[in-house]
Amino acid sequence: MSEMTAILSWKGEYKMGDSFLLNGKETPFQQGQTILEAAKNGGVEIPTLCYLKGSAPTGACRICCVEVKGARSLVAACSTPVTPGMEVFTDSELVHRARKMNVEFLLASGKHNCLMCESNGNCRLQDLAYFYKITKLKFPEKDEKEIYPIEDVNPFIIRDFSRCILCGRCVQACNEVVVNRAISQGYRGKKSKIVTGGDAAYNDDLSECVFCGQCVEVCPVGALTEKKAKGLGRPWETQKIRTTCPYCGVGCQQWLHVKDGKIIKVTAVEDAQPNQGRLCVKGRFAYDFIYSEERLKTPLIREKNGEFRTASWDETLDLVADKFKEIIKKDGPDAIAGVSCARSINEDSYQMQKFFRAVLGTNNIDHCART
Amino acid sequence: MIVLIGTNITEAHPVASTFVKDAVLNGAKLIVIDPRRTDMVDFADMFIQLKVGSDVALINGLMNVLITENLYDKKYVDSCTEGFEELKKKVMEYTPEKAAKISGIPADTIRELARTMASIKPAMLMYTLGITEHICGVNNVMSCANLQMLLGNVGVECGGVNPQRGQNNVQGACDMGALPNVFPGYQQVVNADARAKFEKAWNVKSLPDKPGMMMPTMMKNLTTGKVKAFYVFGENLANTEPDIHHVERELQSAEFLVCQDIFPTETTRFAHVILPAAAWSENDGTFSSSERRVNRVRTASVAPGEAKPNWWIFKELAKRFGHEWTSNSAQEIWDNEISVLAPSMAGIKYARLENDGLQWPCPSEDHPGTPTLHRGGKFTRGLGMLKAIDYIPPAEVPDKEYPMVLSTGRRLYHYHSRTQTGRSAGINDLLGEETADISAADAEAKGIEHGEKILVKSRRGKVVVKARVTKEVPQGLVWMAFHFREGCANWLTNPVYDPLTQTAEYKACAVKIEKLK
Repeated sequence: MSEMTAILSWKGEYKMGDSFLLNGKETPFQQGQTILEAAKNGGVEIPTLCYLKGSAPTGACRICCVEVKGARSLVAACSTPVTPGMEVFTDSELVHRARKMNVEFLLASGKHNCLMCESNGNCRLQDLAYFYKITKLKFPEKDEKEIYPIEDVNPFIIRDFSRCILCGRCVQACNEVVVNRAISQGYRGKKSKIVTGGDAAYNDDLSECVFCGQCVEVCPVGALTEKKAKGLGRPWETQKIRTTCPYCGVGCQQWLHVKDGKIIKVTAVEDAQPNQGRLCVKGRFAYDFIYSEERLKTPLIREKNGEFRTASWDETLDLVADKFKEIIKKDGPDAIAGVSCARSINEDSYQMQKFFRAVLGTNNIDHCART
Repeated sequence: MIVLIGTNITEAHPVASTFVKDAVLNGAKLIVIDPRRTDMVDFADMFIQLKVGSDVALINGLMNVLITENLYDKKYVDSCTEGFEELKKKVMEYTPEKAAKISGIPADTIRELARTMASIKPAMLMYTLGITEHICGVNNVMSCANLQMLLGNVGVECGGVNPQRGQNNVQGACDMGALPNVFPGYQQVVNADARAKFEKAWNVKSLPDKPGMMMPTMMKNLTTGKVKAFYVFGENLANTEPDIHHVERELQSAEFLVCQDIFPTETTRFAHVILPAAAWSENDGTFSSSERRVNRVRTASVAPGEAKPNWWIFKELAKRFGHEWTSNSAQEIWDNEISVLAPSMAGIKYARLENDGLQWPCPSEDHPGTPTLHRGGKFTRGLGMLKAIDYIPPAEVPDKEYPMVLSTGRRLYHYHSRTQTGRSAGINDLLGEETADISAADAEAKGIEHGEKILVKSRRGKVVVKARVTKEVPQGLVWMAFHFREGCANWLTNPVYDPLTQTAEYKACAVKIEKLK
C-alpha cells in the first residue's frame, strides 16, 4: 500500500528557489503550495477548522484567514496558492479581529456547552475561543427549535447537530479519503445539515454508512463522537498507546486511549504507515472483546465425567508435559501435532515452533495460513 | 492501473480499499475480476464477472492474446524470466474462444481486457482468497504471476502480485516458521546447514529433518490414530474448517487435545486441557502485515485472572522437558533469537520499530527495509519462472441434484468465527445473523422472498438461513460466510484441498436451495 500512496502523493516536479514574505520574513515555498502549507514549512502554524490534509480545500470556516498585501479582503490560507514575492501577514490585528469574530459566529451556531460535551479538551473551537479570551456570547445562540435532534440510534456514533459547525471535514473524509460516499452537505442556509442519503440515521437501510468512523476521526468539535466512549474519560485523563490492529492483514496503526488500565476508545495514528490515519469498523470499534466476562481466566482440566474443573498452572502444565512425554515414549514425537495462531504475536509463533521442533522433536507445526 | 482478482477488498481489507479508491479518484484505471459484483465494481473501468473457479482459463486466454497480438513485454520476458516457450505452447491452446467457454466472459471482452492490461504500466495485481481457496489455488497464484511477468509488471513500485493477507499476523506466523517445512525466516528443515544452525542456537543435539504434517493431514490423522495429541493455539477449527460434521469427528478422536485460547469456543468443547491466554492488548510483541511490515503491539491492559502470555506458556512447558529458555520477554525473544536466526530480519530490532515498523528483507541494522520485492526484475531465484498451467474445474461442480455453486468468504462487520467481533458491543447490531446471498432470478424461480428463511443443502450438510436477495451474485450462485455457528457455510463446504498447499476449496462446491415448507 505504501507503493500506492507513493503514486498518490506525487504531484510532479517542484520548482525550487521561489520565496514569499511571511510576516516580513523571506520564506521559501514550492510551486502549488497554499499559504497554509508554505507558512507551516516556514514555522508559522495558521489555525484551521475545516481544512483536511489531502482533500481539496473548501475555505468554508474562514478561521485560517490571513492578510495579503494588495488583496481587497482577507484570504483563506488553506485555499490560496502562494505566488513569488507575495506578502502575507498571519499575525496582524486585522487577522485576529476577523478570526475572533468568526469564532464568535461559530459559538452562536449551536449549543457549544463544553461542560457537557464529550469533546471537552479535544475541540478546536474550544481552543480558539480560549485563545481569543472569549468569555461571553456576542451573538444570540441558535434557537433550540432550529437545531436538528441528536441521532444516536446507531451502535457507534453520536451525531449531535447542536455542536456541528458545518465545516464539512466529515463530508470530505467520507467522500475524498475513505470514499464511502455516505454523507454530504444537505439542505440550505439555516437548515443546512450533514446528511446521509435520504437524511436517514447512519444505520438506516437508506444509508451507505459502513461505520469506518472516519467522520468522527476528523470532526474538530463534539458533533461526532464515539458512543462507546461516552462518559468514560476526558482526554487529559487518558494515556495514548500506539499499537497495531488485531484484525485483517493491513496492519493499521492505532492509538489506544487508556484510562486506569482500560481501553476506552481507539483512534487512528495520523500520518502513520500504512493506514495514514484511517481505520475500519472493526479496527475502530471492535476492541472491547478483551473485557468480555466470557474470557478464559484459569487453566481448565477435563475430569473423567467430562466436566472441566479449574486448576493451577503448575498442575496443568505438568499434566500436559507428562502426557506428551508418555505419547513420545510410546508413539514417537510425530504423534504430536500443533497449530499456531495467526492472530497472536510473532514471538508466540516463534516459541511454539521452537517448542515443537527443539523440545518435542517434531516438525508437525502449522497454522491457518493455508485455510 | 490496479487489477483486483478474487478479492472483495472493501469488506475484507477495508482500509486497503480506501487507497485503491483514492487511486481511482486520482485517475488510475481499475479492473475488477470476480464472480460477484462487489462494491469496487462501482469504481471499475472494466468488470469481468467470471464463473467461479475459472481463473486459470481466463488468465491463459489473456496471455494467449498478449502473445498472439505481440503485446507482452518482450524485453522483460527475455531478460528477467525463463520458461516462456513452454508457457506459450500451453496458452496457445487457450484461445479467447476456449477461455470464453470456460469462464463465461465473451472472447472479445477477453481481447479487450488483454489489450487494456498491456496498455498501462505499471499495474498492480491484488488478490485474496478468491484465488487461493481452490483445489487449483497454487496454479491460480502462479497464473497471476505469469500474467504480471508477461506484462513486465513485477519488481516495480506500484506493480507486482500483491496478496492481501486475511489475518493480522498470518504473514508473521509464516515468517516465524509455524509451518511444517521451514524454520524462522523460511530456512528449510531438510537443509542440514539450517538444522545445524538451529541445533546450536537452541542447544539441542538434533532437530527433525523431514517436513511435518500440514494441518488437514494432522486432523485426518487424528482419526487414523497416527496423531495422538493435538495442540490448538488460538484457532476455532470446529467453525473455520470445511465440513463441520467431519471436523468435529476428527477433534473428537484426539486422544489428548490441548486448546490455548482467550475464549471458550466450539473447538475447546473437545479439549482435555484449556490454557487461558493473554490477548492482543495484553502483550508486548510484533505483528507482520501483508506488506511484510513488522510493527509493534503494545500492552495497554492487564490479562484477566490467571491468563498468561502465550510465549510464557511455551517457555514453561519447555522447562518441564529440561529446556531452560533464557529469553524472558517478547523483546528478548525477537532481539536475541528471531532477528539473530532469520537473515531476512537481521536488521529488525525493537529499538527500530518505534514508528512505522520495517519491511523485510532487512538484512542489517542500517538497512531501511524493502517495500518492493524483485526490484528491476531480479528474482530471489534468479530468473522469474513462467509456468505452463492447465485449467481444472472445481472438485465438485453443479449437477442435477445440487444445481447451484456455493462460494464463501467474509463480511465487513465480522471476523472469522466471531470470537472477537461477536463480543464487541454493537457489532452484532450491524450484522446479527448469517444469510444466503442469492440472485433475484433464483429467488423468483423458487418463490423465495428477501429475508425469508430457506434451506441450503450440500452433500455434507444443510443449514436453514435467511435469503438475502442481491444484485451482488449472479444466477446459479449462492454466497455465504462462516461467521455464525448457526448457518455457517462450513456445514456445507467441501473438504478437498490443493495438492501442494492443502488449502481447502472454500470457494466452490455444489448445493441446492429450497423454500421451507
